[in-house]
Amino acid sequence: MTEKGTWTVKKGLAEMLKGGVIMDVTTPEQAKIAEEAGACAVMALERVPADIRAAGGIARMADLSIITRIMESVTIPVMAKVRIGHFVEAQVLEYLGVDYIDESEVLTPADEQYHINKNEFKVPFVCGARNLGEALRRIGEGAAMIRTKGEPGTGNVVEAVRHMRMVSGELRRLTVLPKEELMAAAKDMGAPYELVVQVAETGRLPLVNFAAGGIATPADAALMMQLGCDGIFVGSGVFKSENPAARARAIVAATTHFNDPQVLAEVSRGLGEAMPGMDISTIAPHERMQERGW
Amino acid sequence: MKVGVLALQGAFREHCLALAGLGAEPVEVRKPEQLQGCRALIIPGGESTTIGKLMDQYGLFEPIRKMGEAGTPIFGTCAGMIMLAREIEGSEQPRLGLMNIGVSRNAFGRQVESFESELDVPVLGAKPLRGVFIRAPQVISVGPGVEVLAVYHDKVVLVRQGHLLAAAFHPELTEDNRLHAYFLAGSRL
Repeated sequence: MTEKGTWTVKKGLAEMLKGGVIMDVTTPEQAKIAEEAGACAVMALERVPADIRAAGGIARMADLSIITRIMESVTIPVMAKVRIGHFVEAQVLEYLGVDYIDESEVLTPADEQYHINKNEFKVPFVCGARNLGEALRRIGEGAAMIRTKGEPGTGNVVEAVRHMRMVSGELRRLTVLPKEELMAAAKDMGAPYELVVQVAETGRLPLVNFAAGGIATPADAALMMQLGCDGIFVGSGVFKSENPAARARAIVAATTHFNDPQVLAEVSRGLGEAMPGMDISTIAPHERMQERGW
Repeated sequence: MKVGVLALQGAFREHCLALAGLGAEPVEVRKPEQLQGCRALIIPGGESTTIGKLMDQYGLFEPIRKMGEAGTPIFGTCAGMIMLAREIEGSEQPRLGLMNIGVSRNAFGRQVESFESELDVPVLGAKPLRGVFIRAPQVISVGPGVEVLAVYHDKVVLVRQGHLLAAAFHPELTEDNRLHAYFLAGSRL
């Protein structure tokens, strides 16, 4: 019997993206540059996070003609973002045939209490998480891939590092808890008990976990890989830099050879200016994208 | 026995686990020197364009092609099958071209069309094999010396050409390791 949209198939595409770089693109031309540089997928957007931040107002799912043109221009998988809780935007993207949906804090949330019930969809979802409880809640709702939230559009990797270290630390802690303490741990984290028991046994998330939010240099990408991430999302970091094609190629190489300082030194040379960065303390807490999601 | 797993991008970790489970010694290969001492090689699933670019950039095409021509067993899954094929429909992307097959990329459609299904694989015995197909390719032409080992609805999805084996699906994503065992058994000859 043939089955589509199974958990194995949804999670399986994320497994195929591992060790790769997924790049934000806003035009077919940028999508081709990303593919040519070795991106394993692209995220089709109307604006990159740095521009969303600058523009203000309400950020929604991208215009479908942009997404369609990007899908037609490359052979690698194409992802697109929907607002948190906006299940109709997700239905539309599933109909359109995008390969992965990002229920993303980069866009303005459509629901201040609930995320999308992602189990109902055949298309797989990726969601952001700052800590283990958040990651397990999203998995419980049906997310087939997790990423750090970081702080999008800042070119500052510090928040992605914080979120990755937080998830890893909480996983490590769970592995040493006696079984009778796991229910209280699940309660404290606000996470489904069955998933808490499962990760306490294995010490790792039951799916692929990428880094996202603030990655701007090859060294940033390698840092997140050495911290245990399975791959990298680069948002504004490529196309807000001086030489996008060269930087994209360098970040791809750094993600593969993340443990090889010789390669990292070679690819980090002569890339031109990185995107301008922002210190997190200059962004008011209510304007931080990572605070979106529940 | 040391078995290389091309670890540039994709599902190489799952292949390493399957190999270790069968008593082989997996070696992650990112640079040519890591191929030394490998008695066989697996090219995993991932994005074939990404893997091809990194193979080119880090000088892996020639040494792997030479190994294949000299008789080292190579097993390609999904993107790995594309790398092994001589012809790739509508694409000029770099490839090893070791096998007399033509393939079509994303032949079953985009991700929403990805599927899993039971496959009859006579060389593995009567019990069907669970095939996980993710934006999978298919074999559209088969040349001399190529044996078809499995089809799905008339589409060729598993082929062998002597010491070379290629699958359109992902045996590394299931617990059933019979196809890895079959490849290793062939590699010991």
